[in-house]
Amino acid sequence: MQEIIDGVVQAFNLIITLNPEVFEIAALSLYISLSATILAALISIPLAGLIHFREFRGKKTLIIIIQTFYSVPTVVVGLVIYLMISRSGPLGFFGLLFTPEGMILGQTVLIMPIMMGLVISALGGVGRDIRDMLVSLGATEFQGILEIVREARYAILSAVVLGFGRAISEVGVAMMIGGNIRGSTRILTTSIALETGMGNFGFSIALGIILLGIALIVVVILNIITSGLSQEQLQALGGQHS
Amino acid sequence: MIRITNLSRRAGNRTILDSVNLEIRRGEIFTLIGPSGSGKTTLLRLLDLLDKPTGGSIVLDGVATDGSKAAELAARRKMAMVFQKPTVLNTTVAQNIAVGLRFRGERGSGISDQVQSVLDLVGLSGFADRKAVTLSGGEMQRIAIARAIITKPEVLLLDEPTANLDPENAAMIEDLILQINKTFDTTIVLSTHDMIQGQRLAHRIGVIMDGRLVQAGEIPDIFFHPVNRTVASFVGIEPIRGGIVERNEEGLGTIKAGNLRIQAVTNKPQGSKVTLCIRPEDVTLNKPDEPCPSGSARNCLQGTVTRLIPLGPFTRVYLDCDGIVVAALVTRKSEEELGIEKGSRLAAHIKATAIHVIPDK
Repeated sequence: MQEIIDGVVQAFNLIITLNPEVFEIAALSLYISLSATILAALISIPLAGLIHFREFRGKKTLIIIIQTFYSVPTVVVGLVIYLMISRSGPLGFFGLLFTPEGMILGQTVLIMPIMMGLVISALGGVGRDIRDMLVSLGATEFQGILEIVREARYAILSAVVLGFGRAISEVGVAMMIGGNIRGSTRILTTSIALETGMGNFGFSIALGIILLGIALIVVVILNIITSGLSQEQLQALGGQHS
Repeated sequence: MIRITNLSRRAGNRTILDSVNLEIRRGEIFTLIGPSGSGKTTLLRLLDLLDKPTGGSIVLDGVATDGSKAAELAARRKMAMVFQKPTVLNTTVAQNIAVGLRFRGERGSGISDQVQSVLDLVGLSGFADRKAVTLSGGEMQRIAIARAIITKPEVLLLDEPTANLDPENAAMIEDLILQINKTFDTTIVLSTHDMIQGQRLAHRIGVIMDGRLVQAGEIPDIFFHPVNRTVASFVGIEPIRGGIVERNEEGLGTIKAGNLRIQAVTNKPQGSKVTLCIRPEDVTLNKPDEPCPSGSARNCLQGTVTRLIPLGPFTRVYLDCDGIVVAALVTRKSEEELGIEKGSRLAAHIKATAIHVIPDK
C-alpha cells in the first residue's frame, strides 16, 4: 500500500516540477503518434473514398478484411514491420529499425485499417436520399463526392481521432520497432512497461497519468466532434465498433 | 414540355412501370395519383433521370434525354425534385439552399440575396443561419422546396411532398406549390395518394395503378367518368354491381342489374355490359313510405340497413336493396331523425345523373 502512495506522490512531484525526462518521453510519444495519425489519414481517407464510391468485384470481401484488421495484435504488426525493415529485410536499406521514423511507419500501418473502415462506414452513413438529392440538384459526379465527404466530415474526423487513440496507447509496435532506447525511441507506453519492471513505480505512475490525460483530451475532442453528427451517422459509426 | 413515350421500367422480372405515354404541358400542374406502390415515385425518378428506363423515352423541351452524361446533366439542371422524405444536409439552412447554385458555379454575394428571397417565399425568413437538421419535418420540406426553386427550374418534380407532414403543414406546402406555379410559371409534376390534394392542386390528373397510366385528363374526367372500377373506387365512387343496358332512349338508359332496373344517364347502347357506380354523397335516404319525387328521372330503391360506419360528422350507411348494396353518406343529424340502425327499412333516392355507368372490358 505504502508503495502505491509513495508512487503517486513521486508521480505528482515529477509532473509538477516538469521533470525533463518525463516530458521528453511524452513529447516523443505525441510526435510519433500524431505523425502516424496524419500519415494514416492522408492515405486512408482517399483509399476509403475510392473503395466506397467505386463498384468492383470483391468489394464486400475487402471491407470485411479491413474490418478484421481493426483488431490485429500490435505485436503482429510489429513483427511484420520488423521483418520488412530489419537490415536483411526488403526495406532494410532505409535503416529505419530502432528509429522514431520506423515507429511512425509501424503505427501508421497499425491504425490504417480502423481509419479506413470507419471512413468507409462514415461515407456509407450518408444516405441514399442525400445522394439522390445532390444528383437531382444538378451535381456532377465530382461535386457529388465532395458534398458527401463534407456531409460525413464529423464521422471522418472521429475515425481519425480514434486512430490516434489506438496509436498513442499501443506498446507492441513501439517496443519491437523502436527498441525502447533511452532518449531516442523511448515513449510513454514502453517506458511504463520498463520502469514498472525495474520497480520505479513513481515514474510509471507519472507517465500513466500523462497517458490518461492524453486519452481524456482525445475523448473530449471526440465528444465535441460527434455533437455535430446526425443520428444516422452516429448509428453508422456505432455499428462498427459495437 | 415533357413527352413520355412507352416508358417502362423493370426490376428483375417485375414490371414497375409499364409503357407509360403522357404529355405534360408547359406551365401546368400535373398530378399523378394512385395507391402507394403503384409506380408514381418510379415515374418521377425516371423523369428526373435518377434512374434509367428499361424501355421508352423522355423528351424534355424538344430534346431527348438519353444522350451523353453531359446532356443528361444539362437536362437535369433544367429540373429540380423534392422527395417524399424531407432531406437536408448537415449544415446551415442558407448553405442547404445554396447548394444547387454552387453546383452551377455561382459564387459570391449574389447567392445570399437569392437565398434570402426564396426563404421569404417559403415563409422561413429568419432561418438562414439555423442548423437545418434541427428543424421540424414541415420546415425541412419547405427548405427542400426552397433549395429546388432557387435554381429557377423549368420543371419541378414533387414526390408526395406532404405525405410525412401534419395537415397544417401539408396545407401550407399546397399553398406554396400553387404560388410557385403562378409566380414563376413553373411546370409542376406532383405525385400524391391523397385524392383531395390531387384535386386541389392539379390542372390535370393522371391515375397510375399497378405501373400503368390508366387514365389521364382534366379533373371532371377523372372524378365523374372513371374508365374502370378500380379508378372509380380510388376516386371515391362505390361500384354497386354489374348489369346490362336493356334500353337506351336518347341518353337515358335502363340497366338491368340483378332483379332491379336502374335508370342512368349513359351513351352505352343496348346490350352493353356495364358496371354501375355511385358516390355515396349522391344517395338520399328517406323513410320507406316516402313517395318517389316526380320530375327528373330518378331511382327509388327499398332496402334494409346492413352496416353502419361512423366517419366523424358523417355516417356511411350500407343498404341492401334486393341484392344490390348501395352506400349512402348521411349526417349524424339525419341518421338520428331517420332512426337508422342495423335492420331498419329505408328508401334510397338516386338521380339518374348520379349513377356512373362504366363499360366492362
